Amino acid sequence: MTDQRSQAEIVRNSLKRRYRKERRFRLYGMLAIFIALASLAILFADIINKGHTGFVKTTITLDVALDSEMMYLDDPTDEDQLSMADFVAPIIAALQEHLPEADSAAEKRELGRLIGTYGASQIRDLLKDNPELLNTTQTFEFLAHDRVSVYVKHADNPRYSIKVSEQQQRWVDELLEKGIIDTSFNDVLFSRGDSREPANAGILGAIVGSLLTMLVTLAIAFPVGIAAAVYLEEFAPQNKITDFIEVNINNLAAVPSIIFGLLGLAVFIGLFGMPRSVPVVGGMVLALMTLPTIIISGRAAIKSVPPSIREAAEGVGASKMQVVLHHVIPLAMPGMLTGSIIGMAQALGETAPLLLIGMVAFIVDVPGGFLDSATVLPVQIYLWASSSEQGFVELASAGIMVLLTFMITMNALAIWLRKRLERRW
Amino acid sequence: MQTANLLPLVLVLAVVAYGLAYMRSRAVAAPLGGIRNLKALPFYYAARAALWCAIPALLVLAAWAGFEGKVIQGIVIASLPQDVWPESPGQASLILSQISNVAAGKLNPEFVPEHIAGAASVLEAMENKSGNFKAALVLLVAVSGAAFAWTRVSPHINARVNVETTLRRIFFVCAALAVLTTAGIVFSVIIETVRFFGRVPISDFLFSTSWSPQTALRADQVGSEGAFGVIPLFTGTLLISAIALLVAVPVGLLSAIYLSEYASKRVRSTAKPVLEMLAGIPTVVYGFFAALTVAPFIRDLAEAVGLEASSQSALAAGLVMGIMIVPFVSSLSDDVINAVPQSMRDGSLALGATQSETMKKVIFPAALPGIIGGILLAASRAIGETMIVVMAAGLAANLTANPLESVTTVTVQVATLLVGDQEFDSAKTLSAFALGMLLFLVTLLLNVIALKIVRKYREQYD
Repeated sequence: MTDQRSQAEIVRNSLKRRYRKERRFRLYGMLAIFIALASLAILFADIINKGHTGFVKTTITLDVALDSEMMYLDDPTDEDQLSMADFVAPIIAALQEHLPEADSAAEKRELGRLIGTYGASQIRDLLKDNPELLNTTQTFEFLAHDRVSVYVKHADNPRYSIKVSEQQQRWVDELLEKGIIDTSFNDVLFSRGDSREPANAGILGAIVGSLLTMLVTLAIAFPVGIAAAVYLEEFAPQNKITDFIEVNINNLAAVPSIIFGLLGLAVFIGLFGMPRSVPVVGGMVLALMTLPTIIISGRAAIKSVPPSIREAAEGVGASKMQVVLHHVIPLAMPGMLTGSIIGMAQALGETAPLLLIGMVAFIVDVPGGFLDSATVLPVQIYLWASSSEQGFVELASAGIMVLLTFMITMNALAIWLRKRLERRW
Repeated sequence: MQTANLLPLVLVLAVVAYGLAYMRSRAVAAPLGGIRNLKALPFYYAARAALWCAIPALLVLAAWAGFEGKVIQGIVIASLPQDVWPESPGQASLILSQISNVAAGKLNPEFVPEHIAGAASVLEAMENKSGNFKAALVLLVAVSGAAFAWTRVSPHINARVNVETTLRRIFFVCAALAVLTTAGIVFSVIIETVRFFGRVPISDFLFSTSWSPQTALRADQVGSEGAFGVIPLFTGTLLISAIALLVAVPVGLLSAIYLSEYASKRVRSTAKPVLEMLAGIPTVVYGFFAALTVAPFIRDLAEAVGLEASSQSALAAGLVMGIMIVPFVSSLSDDVINAVPQSMRDGSLALGATQSETMKKVIFPAALPGIIGGILLAASRAIGETMIVVMAAGLAANLTANPLESVTTVTVQVATLLVGDQEFDSAKTLSAFALGMLLFLVTLLLNVIALKIVRKYREQYD
């Protein structure tokens, strides 16, 4: 009796401590989840904070007098004269109208540096196409120089204004007040390829490159993956070869992606002599990388088709292949599609293997076909993020937002498909 | 004709063959009293014709397109006068690129030596010839295949069996592609690795402690022999992976425990997908975050407490990588924790243990092998991760265990050695393949062990 009571005593006395431990353990769990979710939130906040300015462009709108004497140009149809002419002078003159105090030669040069490098070619292109506009006054919307643009976007942060001289800062402030310098939605971002100038660089080239690469990946990985899943689930005999294939697929799913880059470099480019940096090779490498994901999810989808359906089809005289093609695959399709979309989203975000097969080249033109040199969105982000210029870093985070939007859309589509089409037996 | 144009042409031919064979089978069946007297439905005769048309033609096309480039290059090189024959593969690729630039019109033939201009015209002629031959051969194979199948449309032949056997074989080839991929990986790394060890002794590679792959441009240059000791790369990889696991294992494991044992259904159904979002974010985004946000933050923080930190510290890369693999650890641990039978849980609770005691003393030991398997898989992922370390870790191969210093990893070196223009055949380029082989072997080993542990453990309770 006494023994029992003392034991109960021990338990009761220790309860407080044990409950405290319990609460502490629970707290650790909550803390862990909080850390994970907080890092996700910080990641998103950081990227939006860095990148929202990438969606804004800074323009300088000027009425430029296209004076033939000032440009040393009297015949815009003459190629030689066009290449010799000075198109910067009229821009500076137009700026001077708003800032009359800048009239020394050095100050004029400084004024010219407010405009991006492509301002002069904007005038040249217009005159080349419309020679009759010489000696008239036209309104131009120039892109501001990258440094000016950074200064305007981050006016409240002195860290970003060091690259603009104090005089220029005064001018920019004055022009801002007059409404000559303005900011608007950055349509350049979505209508051009890469450029050496952040103000002129866009992600259209990279998006098209990604699209072409993904099309190749989809065209290879989807049919092959489904065929492989069907074979392994429905036809494969229980033998060593099948086992070997399965082990291979499982291991491939965990091979680091950069190894697939080595494969592409040595086999597709080295052995078969395919060109570098083209979407075809990139798509093939990514297809090999995505295949295990598609096969594994495809097998799960096939497994979930109840055997009664197969038996019923066989019962009315269908051959094994007919059972598979007419009943199993259509019923497993939603699951297979879901897995494939998730695999494609993975491939869309992949960078490392594409670095090795040369998709990191600096490419200005938007690719027009599967055999044009191209880059893809994640590689473009990598290239811009490695640049030290603030303008490119902004573009990189803007690119990340676009990439994440694509990926979230794809994943949402996969979830919607699963909810919409999946049948439970 | 270009491969890109031939491909749709073959497919169109296959469709035509399908249509013709379909009509033919109906025509054959009509005098016999309808398609019921055929051995198979018209669809199968037609499908067989399409397969006969497309498959051999596509195989020929693939083989030709695969080897065309190499063969033509060989012929062009052989057409050069003997005294300018290239001595090394590097020189050969230089000459070839010059020749192809001339042929493509990017280089004016007047500005290059005569033999190059001559070879360019040879190249152009060969490419034309090869294109024509390829087109003729592929079309011939396609048409004759379709014709053969067309003649075999007969009421006595069961086309369904033919079609189904062919399809099954195609399915098998698709499944075997995984084996082919593995073989391709092994082949591509082994050949170059063997060539690498022909120049650098394997003992130097494995045991030397300095890594600087710059080889001399001139033979008489001083002090740039190139050192290929993998140890600093490996310690760098291990340092970053260890930091990553130190973050990911506790956070991942504890959140898995909380979600599976404590959280209400509502919390679980929202927190889990959000957690899994971490796994879906592209690695280049993590790299951006590590390089431009976390690394400067850590440097400033270290400076504030009087420590010296590199702006490309191992800590930044490791921390961010750890966050990336959290969902990996948590979903694998979640699986094994849920696989522990409910009866064990109930037994422990019935004896008066608190939930945390049940977790720590009953479920965790039972799930341990599976959790270790999951951790090994996560480690293999951390070792093979490239973009975060390329962007946030350094290039200098420091042999250090200080997480505030900059280290480099195996994957960083593979990527930097192979990005951009490479001289083929230099020890520097080949070393990247040797590193790739090392990486492949290590991750393979980890995966095999992990999968074995996980599988064995699953069988225990099934």
